[in-house]
Amino acid sequence: MQISFTVNGTRQDMELDPRVTLLDALRDHLGLTGSKKGCDHGQCGACTVLVEGRRVNACLSLAAMHEGEEITTIEGIAQTSPDTAATLQQAMIDYDGMQCGYCTPGQVCSAVGMLSEAREGWPSHVTEDLDAPLELTRDELTERMSGNLCRCGCYPGIVKAIRTASEARTSDSEAA
Amino acid sequence: MRPFDFTRPDDLEGACAAGFTEGATFIGGGTNLIDLMKLEVMAPAHVVDVTRLGLDRIEDEGDGLNIGATVRNADLAADPRVRRRYPVLSRALLAGASGQLRNRATTAGNLLQRTRCPYFQDRDSACNKRTPGAGCAALGGEVRNHAILGTSEHCIALHPSDMAVAMRALDAEIEVRDPEGGMRSMDLDHFYRLPRDTPHIETRLEPGDLITSVRLPAPKGDRQIYRKVRDRASYAFALVSVAAVLRMEGGKIAHAAVAFGGIGTEPWRDIEVDAMLTGETPSDSLFDKAGEVLVQGADVQDGTAFKVPLVQRVLKDVLWRAVA
Ligand SMILES: Cc1cc2nc3c(=O)[nH]c(=O)nc-3n(C[C@H](O)[C@H](O)[C@H](O)COP(=O)(O)OP(=O)(O)OC[C@H]3O[C@@H](n4cnc5c(N)ncnc54)[C@H](O)[C@@H]3O)c2cc1C
Ligand code: FES
Ligand code: FES
Repeated sequence: MQISFTVNGTRQDMELDPRVTLLDALRDHLGLTGSKKGCDHGQCGACTVLVEGRRVNACLSLAAMHEGEEITTIEGIAQTSPDTAATLQQAMIDYDGMQCGYCTPGQVCSAVGMLSEAREGWPSHVTEDLDAPLELTRDELTERMSGNLCRCGCYPGIVKAIRTASEARTSDSEAA
Repeated sequence: MRPFDFTRPDDLEGACAAGFTEGATFIGGGTNLIDLMKLEVMAPAHVVDVTRLGLDRIEDEGDGLNIGATVRNADLAADPRVRRRYPVLSRALLAGASGQLRNRATTAGNLLQRTRCPYFQDRDSACNKRTPGAGCAALGGEVRNHAILGTSEHCIALHPSDMAVAMRALDAEIEVRDPEGGMRSMDLDHFYRLPRDTPHIETRLEPGDLITSVRLPAPKGDRQIYRKVRDRASYAFALVSVAAVLRMEGGKIAHAAVAFGGIGTEPWRDIEVDAMLTGETPSDSLFDKAGEVLVQGADVQDGTAFKVPLVQRVLKDVLWRAVA
């Protein structure tokens, strides 16, 4: 079937079998292999991309379900969310937020989506008071990132990198 | 995955007509259906996307809420009205799955998600739910994430939803549109069916029935708690969970609605437990008795025996916190 959506700002028209997942469309049909396939069942987060600005597991979605939508992958994230993504990517390097790197694109996309959820004040499982303004503590951050596993156990570096990006954002918005 | 046709209707008539064709199934977020289609545990001939029907709104309705079938779990959990007046629902949603999955998962899809029983998901194992009459490999097999209440000799599969547990404690109603366009509503209490000798039939929906929304009446209790116990701190299904909605009056429990996850073949609620708490003064012995009544007739296997004391302790803890 005919499917069109926008990936990293470029419109893509594809002729795909309805069975093709969003992840396979990105990787195999558009050659955007930054998004990774870890488990293919929603259990690891390696395939995380942004759809209309929200983080989702590309492996548990059909390409056909995204007609007309705007997708951002790791290849385009630094252009679409320049301050957060660029700071985060540099911080991942600075703090050794990876070893093999397989989970990294998913971690970065997920963190960018997570930080915008936090800016909207969404609560999480560990939020004490559902009505109070949100403070993105370490516990909040790790709970919100629990959908991204790292087999190399680079969590301490990943957490530091995301905290750096989130603090940079805060001072950005205060300066503005 | 088996081949299928995909359609994305933009009105209810079209969606219901397409959903009534042979082998058709609706898709919301797809986070459960696509998973099971990859395993070929589900193999619909026709997949009908219902996410563009305008069913994605949460509306005030009298003193209650009408939650569209395709409202995403993340949006429902973050809605200010839900956070303030139905916190047990926000809490249950936030305790489930991951940020990414909640951004896709829909209200209706969450209610209708299938069991995580590994034998159901493995096409080489016997499963009466997948293939009626095939037998049940879980009975006598490896069990842990299985039900202890509502089971039958044909099936002990657990209903895995967190959200549905909170909704049971909140007396939710399901709004359904049939293929002829008729609307009907069902209490969540009468929506699910126990496995008995037909474990493949899980709800009272008929072929082509589309869930359009879930209604919550005004909250009957302001003391709301959801507590979930699991194998890891996040991103895991419940071993046991308890949702409580209570109202206190003069030191006595004036309203009690308690529902349970991780123990039942459906999101569990026992009117006997609610009745014995109602009108009483909180005490250890009252809460212990409630825990005993709850597990009367529990069908326990070696791998699930731990759930009996666990659910009793979690219940007691939740009730004390709720009345405090
Ligand atoms: C790794 C992982 C971890 C998870 N952890 C948890 C957890 O801890 N707690 C928890 O509760 N859940 C958990 N889930 C399950 C998740 O909540 C469900 O997959 C999700 O809620 C299903 O919603 P959906 O919209 O994606 O459903 P879909 O996959 O789209 O649909 C599910 C079923 O509902 C039917 N359906 C959908 N919409 C309608 C409608 N409007 N009318 C009639 N039928 C309809 C479909 O035909 C299908 O049979 C987890 C899932 C994964 C993959
Ligand atoms: S590949 Fe999608 S979650 Fe693992
Ligand atoms: S860096 Fe190897 S999986 Fe995370």
